[in-house]
Amino acid sequence: MSIMQYNGGSVIAMVGKDCVAIASDLRLGVQSLSISANYQKIFPITDRIYVGLPGLGTDVTTLHEQFRYRVNMYTIKEEREIEPQTFAQLVSSTLYERRFGPYFIEPVVAGMQKLPTGGFAPFIAATDLIGCLNFAKDFVVAGTASEKLFGVAEGLWEPDLEAEDLFETISQTLLNAVDRDAFSGWGAVVHVITKDKVVTRTLKGRMD
Amino acid sequence: MDVSFAITGKGYVILAADTTAAHSIIKVKLDEDKIKELSPHLLMAYSGEPGDTVQFAEYVERNIRLYQIRNLYPLRPSSAASWIRRSLADSLRSRKPYSVNLLLGGYDTTTHTPHLYWMDYLGTLVDVPFAAHGYGSYFALSLLDRYHDPEAPLEEGLAVLKRCIDEVTKRLVVAQPKYKVKVVDKDGVREVEL
Repeated sequence: MSIMQYNGGSVIAMVGKDCVAIASDLRLGVQSLSISANYQKIFPITDRIYVGLPGLGTDVTTLHEQFRYRVNMYTIKEEREIEPQTFAQLVSSTLYERRFGPYFIEPVVAGMQKLPTGGFAPFIAATDLIGCLNFAKDFVVAGTASEKLFGVAEGLWEPDLEAEDLFETISQTLLNAVDRDAFSGWGAVVHVITKDKVVTRTLKGRMD
Repeated sequence: MDVSFAITGKGYVILAADTTAAHSIIKVKLDEDKIKELSPHLLMAYSGEPGDTVQFAEYVERNIRLYQIRNLYPLRPSSAASWIRRSLADSLRSRKPYSVNLLLGGYDTTTHTPHLYWMDYLGTLVDVPFAAHGYGSYFALSLLDRYHDPEAPLEEGLAVLKRCIDEVTKRLVVAQPKYKVKVVDKDGVREVEL
């Protein structure tokens, strides 16, 4: 079995109308033995950016600490908060630094990007474990249930969903995908990000 | 073949580890203490590769002590867990990684809350209400899913722990006969008899 499947876990992000959503399951296991049903793998970076880190448990913590350090240094040097686009590039270069001995994580970034006009645009991106960026206009998936997430999201997602409808869509997509995956599930957490606030909800899921 | 359990309850954490030291199929010692007292309110149960375990546990113990001497105050459980995790994570990507699994139980004297952390040799750190390492985990985790109560007083916590130990003794082929049990709460760490 691959090291990417060792601890299990999945993350998905979706674009809506003036909002983005990012969601993950809450399981952490060792192969098929579940250790925790409350393992957070989505972390806030700024008030408008969240990053999901599915993959090997040890690297979830290591990368979260690494990103926290680098974003803090950026904020101090630039005297402003980092933008989602820039943060995605930071994620990519951080992973590519370890090209020949990678962190076993496939990050997903979701946030609201500030536009030159003063407005905000939804932004999502995902990378593979060595930092190859994928900017998508609809949704991105990662983790052990990624194949199932692709299938369900392809069927449920539609353009220009309002925040509440986007929440419903991403929740149903995630819950139904992880139920078909032995290494993901055990509850879920969903963040819906709009330009001025973030709504976080914890979902109950099947516990088998 | 090490077995270790830990559970949290109302204002305390209980850690239990078997006391057998084995060389392949031979038991060489029956009263080995595998739970270190890192600071006045912090306990660490260790298991894994013989040699690595004691070496790493003593390294952690001395560094936690050094921090306390330098700063007058000991590290809080969450900070100690982060430091230990970082040591293991750095070790994992070195030439010769430590092969040590840990259970870290502590009482945070600033927030008055008990904390339990499950950690493996990869540096995976998880905050949990109950945990186990070794073959015992296959029995104990399902029992604790059913019987664990985060609000249980110490006597009930010890009774649940006893059920785990009894089940492992009954069903596990390579069961260990003796366990050392330690508790950490607002009064600090102490050993208890089951």
